[in-house]
Amino acid sequence: MRKLLMAAALAMGLCAGWAAEAQTVRWSASGDPNTMDPHSQNVGTVTMVLQQIYDTLIARNQDLGLAPGLATRWEQVEPTRWRFWLRDGVTFHEGQAFAAEDVVFSVTRAQQPTSNYAIYVDTIDRAVQVEPLVVDVITTVADPILPNKIASLMIMSRSWSEAHNATRPQNTRAREEMFTTRNANGTGAFRLQTREPDVRTVLVRNRDWWGWREPASREANIQEIIYRPISSDATRVAALLSGEVDFVLDPPLQDLNRLRAAPNIKVTEGPEVRTIFLAMDVYRDELLYSDVRGRNPFKDLRVRQALYQAIDIQAIHRTVMRGQSVVTGTFFPPQVNGYSQEEDVRLPYDQARARQLLAEAGYPNGFEVTLDCPNNRYINDEQICQAVAAMWTRVGVRTRLNAMPLAPFFAKIQRDDTSVYLLGWGVPTLDALYSFQSLLRSRDGGQGNGIWNYGRYSNARMDELIGIMVNQSGAPRDAAIREALRIYREDIPHIPLHHQMIPWAMRANFTIPHMANNQPYFRWARMN
Amino acid sequence: MFAFVISRILQAIPVLLTVSLISFAMFAYVGDPVAIMLGQDFTEAQRDALVRDLGLDQPFWVQFAEFVGNAVQGQFGLSYRLSRPVAELIAERAPATLELAFCAAVLSLAIGVPMGVYTGLYRNSWLSRFFLTFSLVGVSLPTFLIGILLILVFAVWLGWLPSFGRGDTVQIGWWSTGFLTWSGIKALILPSITLGLFQLTLIMRLVRAEMMEVLRSDYIKFARARGLPNRVVHFGHALKNTLVPVITIVGLQLGAIIAFAIVTETVFQWPGMGLLFIQSVGVADIPVMSAYLLLIAVVFVTINLIVDLLYYAVDPRLRIGRGKGGH
Repeated sequence: MRKLLMAAALAMGLCAGWAAEAQTVRWSASGDPNTMDPHSQNVGTVTMVLQQIYDTLIARNQDLGLAPGLATRWEQVEPTRWRFWLRDGVTFHEGQAFAAEDVVFSVTRAQQPTSNYAIYVDTIDRAVQVEPLVVDVITTVADPILPNKIASLMIMSRSWSEAHNATRPQNTRAREEMFTTRNANGTGAFRLQTREPDVRTVLVRNRDWWGWREPASREANIQEIIYRPISSDATRVAALLSGEVDFVLDPPLQDLNRLRAAPNIKVTEGPEVRTIFLAMDVYRDELLYSDVRGRNPFKDLRVRQALYQAIDIQAIHRTVMRGQSVVTGTFFPPQVNGYSQEEDVRLPYDQARARQLLAEAGYPNGFEVTLDCPNNRYINDEQICQAVAAMWTRVGVRTRLNAMPLAPFFAKIQRDDTSVYLLGWGVPTLDALYSFQSLLRSRDGGQGNGIWNYGRYSNARMDELIGIMVNQSGAPRDAAIREALRIYREDIPHIPLHHQMIPWAMRANFTIPHMANNQPYFRWARMN
Repeated sequence: MFAFVISRILQAIPVLLTVSLISFAMFAYVGDPVAIMLGQDFTEAQRDALVRDLGLDQPFWVQFAEFVGNAVQGQFGLSYRLSRPVAELIAERAPATLELAFCAAVLSLAIGVPMGVYTGLYRNSWLSRFFLTFSLVGVSLPTFLIGILLILVFAVWLGWLPSFGRGDTVQIGWWSTGFLTWSGIKALILPSITLGLFQLTLIMRLVRAEMMEVLRSDYIKFARARGLPNRVVHFGHALKNTLVPVITIVGLQLGAIIAFAIVTETVFQWPGMGLLFIQSVGVADIPVMSAYLLLIAVVFVTINLIVDLLYYAVDPRLRIGRGKGGH
C-alpha cells in the first residue's frame, strides 16, 4: 500500500512537473513591442503583447465580433451618449479595484495629443462617471460605431498611473524614460512578469481573471508565455524546427511548404483584415515621375481602367503569393462591417482591352511612370510590385520600380512625392468608415479625413456619403456604404489587388484560434 | 611617449567630428522618424507638433551643433523607437557584443596563429593544403550564409546548440555575462565561430606569409648554424618577428569584429549593439544610430592608439628611431 501511494505520488509529481512545463508557450515573431504603454503606439507588434495584459470595455470574440469585456452591457441612451455598465469585482494585477474612474481616466489619457490611439476616441467629447460602476461616454456627434472603437481602448488603473507619473502616454520632449515604457498593470488574462526590450518578455497567467469562466476559455491552459523576437526569417524558422520555439506568428512564405512537411509542426492560415492596392496621383496636372508633359494620364478613367485590366491577378496570387492571398475587387475584406459581395467584383484581366483603352485615351504608345513600393512592410511587397511593373510594361506603360524600406517609403509618400504607389491597409475598427475616411475622403483638414489619401482623390459624392457614414446609423448608413463601394468600383480611385492571408506556424501540440486581426489570444490557447 | 599619446588623442578629435558629421548628413536619407512614430492615424497638427518636439524643424547645422554639444556631455537623448535613454540602451547591449567579439578574437588567434605557423613551416604537407582550402571557404563565404549553415547543422539537424539568443545571463553590476551559465556558453559557440571565421583565415594566411618571409632571412640561418633547437628558432626568433603586421591586422580586425558584428548578431538574434543598430535603421531612430556610429569611431581610434603603443613593445627599431629623433 505504501509503495503504491509512493508510486502514485511520484507519478503525480512527475505529471505536475511535466504539465507545468508543457503549459509554457515560447513564442516568436520578427519585431519586438516598442513600449508597454497601452495608449502610445497603435501597431500590431505592441498590441499583440499588450492585449494579453490589458482588458477593454468591449472585447472581441473569435470571429472579431463584439463581446462583453470590462463592461457587461452597453447602450446608446441618447444619440450622443453611450452608457456602459461595468463588471463588478475586477481587480488590476497589482491589486487596485477596477471602477468607473479608471475608465474615465483611460479615455482622457487616450485623448492626449501624444497618444497614438486618437482614432478610437476621435468622436468622444468626454467620459463621465454616473455611478461607481456606470460610465457615460459623451460624443461630439452621434457615433454609431463607438463600440467598435472602444473595443480597442485598453483600460489602465488611474491610481497606479498617477502614482508612477504616467498620466500621459508618451513624451518625446522628456529626457527620461516613462514608467509605462517597461511596466504594465492591467486586468487581463496575463500579467507582465519580465520585460527585457528586444530580448525577452515573460507573461504569467492571472488566475483571478474574470474571463476564465467564459466558455471559450474553459479549455485554455497556458500558464506562462515567453516572447522572444527573432528578426532573421531563417533563424526564426530554424528555432521552430529545432523545438526552441513553440509558436511563430509570422513564418516567411517561402518556408511554409517546408514547415508543413516537418513532423510535429503545423501551419494554420486565414485571411487578414488587410488589403493591398495601388493608388495613383489623380490630383496634379502633370505627374512628378512620368514622361507625359502637360497632362496627368491618371486623371483619365480609361487609363486607370487600362492599368487595372493589365494586371493578371491570378498570376500574382499563384506565383508571387504562393496561393496565400484572397483576390479582391474592393478595398476591405468581408470581416469589415459594410462589406458587400456584389461590389467585390474585379474588372477582368484583358491585355488587349488595356491597350485599346490606352489608345482611346491618347496614349497609343503608352508612357513612362515610376511605381513606389515598400520592400519590408507587407508580405512579398516588392515582388508584387515587380510583377505589376512587368505587366504594365507589357501593355505599353513602361514602369520603373522604386522599391525601398518602409522608413523612407512612408516619408516619401507622406510628402505626396509619388505618382503611383502600393499600400496595404488594415481596418482596426472593423468598420468601413475607417477605410473610406482615411483613404478616399478629400483632405479638408478635418480629423482623419484623407490622411492616407496620397493620390489626393476627391469626389464630392463620395465625401457626402462618407459624411452620412459618420453620423447616421441603420439603413441610411448601409445604403451610403453600398453606394460608396459602387463608386469605388466604377471610378477606380485605386487598383485593388488582394487581401493578405496570414499563416501562423506552431508545434503540433499547441492550439490557438487563428484570428483575422493577426493577434494571438492566449486566453483561448491550449498546450497538450 | 606621453607626448605621443596626447598628439594621437588630439588627432582623434577631427576624426570623430567628421564621422559624426557624415553620419548626421546621411540621416537625411534614412527616412522620416516622424512618419513611423505617428503610426497610421494622425492629424497635420499632431505631425507638426511632433516635428517641433524632436527639433527636426531646425536647420541642419543647428541640429548638428546641438547633437555634438549633447554628445560631449554624454547626452544622446531618447531613442525614438524605445523611448529610453540611448546611453542606457547602448550600455545594456555592449556586454553582449563585447563578449561575442572577445570570443571570436580569441578563437581566431588561438587557432589562426598555430595554423599559420604550421602551414608556413610545412608548406607541402597534406594538412597544410587542407588548411589553405578551408581558409578559402572562410574568406569567400558571406557571414550570414556561414551562420545559417551552422544553425542548420548544429541546431536543426543535430539539436546540440541553440539557434538564437544569448541563453541565460548573470548580472554582475551593470554587466550581463553569458560566461557563467552552461546555456550562455552554448549560445556563444555558433556566433563566435561565424564572427571569427573570416579573421581566423586572414590571420592564418598572414602568419603563413610572414613566416615564409622570415624563415628565408639571414638571422634564421645563423640561428640554425648556432645549433639552436627548431622550437627556439621557429617560435623565439621567427614568430616574434612576424608579429608586427599581425598585431596591426588583429587590432584593426578587432575593431571590425565589434563594429561589424551586425550581420552575425542579426542572424543569431544576439542582443548586442549591432542588432540594436539594425533595428534602429529600420525605423530611422536617429539618436541611436548617431550614438552608435560615434561609439564605433571611438573604438577604432582607441584600438589604433593601442596598436601603435604595442609596436613599441614588439619592435625595438621604433624605440631607437624615436630616440635618435629626440637628440
